[in-house]
Amino acid sequence: MSHHLLNERVAFQTLVRKEVRRFMRIWIQTLVPPVINALLYLLIFGGLIGTRIREMDGIPYMDFIVPGIIMMGVITNSYGNVSSSFFGAKMQKYIEELLVSPVSNITIVAGFIIGGVARGLAVGLLVALVSLLFTQINPVHPIITVLVMVLTSITFSLAGLINGIFAEKFDDISIVPNFILAPLTYLGGIFYSVSLLPPVWEVISRLNPVLYMINGFRYGILGASDMPIWQSFSVIAFFICLLGFIAMRLLNRGIGVKQ
Amino acid sequence: MNALSIRQLTKTYDHSVHALRGIDLDVASGDFFALLGPNGAGKSTAIGIICSLLNPTSGEVQVFDHNLATEREAAKSLIGLVPQEFNFNAFETVLNVVTNVAGYNGMGWKDANKRAEYILKRLDLWEKKDTPGRQLSGGMKRRLMIARALIHQPKLLILDEPTAGVDIEIRRSMWEYLTQINEQEDTTIILTTHYLEEAEALCRNVAIIDGGEIVERGKVAELLSRATMETYVLDLIEGPASRSSQLGPFALRYRDDGSLEVDIPQGHTLNELLKALTEAGVQVSSMRNKSNRLEQLFLQLVDRDAS
Repeated sequence: MSHHLLNERVAFQTLVRKEVRRFMRIWIQTLVPPVINALLYLLIFGGLIGTRIREMDGIPYMDFIVPGIIMMGVITNSYGNVSSSFFGAKMQKYIEELLVSPVSNITIVAGFIIGGVARGLAVGLLVALVSLLFTQINPVHPIITVLVMVLTSITFSLAGLINGIFAEKFDDISIVPNFILAPLTYLGGIFYSVSLLPPVWEVISRLNPVLYMINGFRYGILGASDMPIWQSFSVIAFFICLLGFIAMRLLNRGIGVKQ
Repeated sequence: MNALSIRQLTKTYDHSVHALRGIDLDVASGDFFALLGPNGAGKSTAIGIICSLLNPTSGEVQVFDHNLATEREAAKSLIGLVPQEFNFNAFETVLNVVTNVAGYNGMGWKDANKRAEYILKRLDLWEKKDTPGRQLSGGMKRRLMIARALIHQPKLLILDEPTAGVDIEIRRSMWEYLTQINEQEDTTIILTTHYLEEAEALCRNVAIIDGGEIVERGKVAELLSRATMETYVLDLIEGPASRSSQLGPFALRYRDDGSLEVDIPQGHTLNELLKALTEAGVQVSSMRNKSNRLEQLFLQLVDRDAS
């Protein structure tokens, strides 16, 4: 391995270690709330309302919503981890440690993204464990399950990074999660199948990329989905490429980090 | 070899504010160099560009012959920066703050910890290695920033107002430490400071920047010799019989506290002044510089009223 690549690898490991240490240090803020949220959703939608609904697309309602609730935790936490970490680094100006050092922009992006993925997966795993109190999880396609979860986490980590790059005040990192991400997630088929919607709303729903991610994950766990799995992977791949390109371009031009 | 070469460096903010107007600057390897200028002169902008915190509008920066634009990694690995404001993660421990930067510079975990122990001990911070940065005193925070900048043994250390807000004792110990790393480890140091006696005491060469342009540069000793005037404040036992504003070549100003301010023009000596004062019947109990010579020269160059 060349000297340059070796240095980049060490820098990447350092950045990932720092990012994981950050969310583990404040685990009570980063890991506990999403698990409690998920517990409440499972209790109210699955345990209470779900007993009246019984089945969705022939699947017990509790089993139907579990993949979506896990993915909701993965999505919001991957996004939130990177947006708040990057914005915090900008606000306290310790982003300058990275800008002064010889770390390449791609390593900076990768380090923050893996930090977001680590938190997204940690939350996903914890929510899955809590779900076991209500139902069993036996993934029909384990590889697809893991792949969709990791790739979705990468997608939203990249989105969070872009948000962090543009953010200039705290409000800027809460607007997108509250007013864009939450509606997209809730309307992304966590609690219902889009096939139940009137045709117009079904078409509109299919414009929501989160729908493809949740359904891809549901396919991995239950073997059932509102759309073919290739569509899920295509949408995720498209957004990873698009967001990755935007994030790299922003950092290369110094937007949001260099005045 | 030059540690730093800057050619025609310009920076324009918002298409209208010209922070740098095509500066050229060379800093020799091993030098202890002062970059001086009033607030808003362009010092921090220049440092920001050298350290990749700002994009230049045009121009070229070379660090030990590595072009910052085309040999980014090689150039940046040679630079350590101590910025004006505290800019470390206040929630990280002292040890993590420095080892993170070591890692960003490609230093493996073992080497980073070993070097961190050495540098933190030298800066009297080892006892605080597990303390979060936010719990340190102002002086310790300042030293932590120096430790962080030196963790990867940069050949060029840039300090932007490193002793601002630091008490005299810590300032002196930092001077001593900086002199040591400059002389013993051959680290080139570029210093910006508002304490001109600091620049006079530490630096061999100086550039003065004003309005985005270098208005003066050279050896500190040479520049000092060009100071046209030096002002002293004299405490008097007995004043002159009559108060005049001139005593031979020396301009006199009487102060409210009874002391006397005297300007000694270039080419005249303290001995001549004391002789003239004695002849005029003035008895002096003590005397001191009103401001140091570099400060006077600085004020002359940036068109400020030296009095």
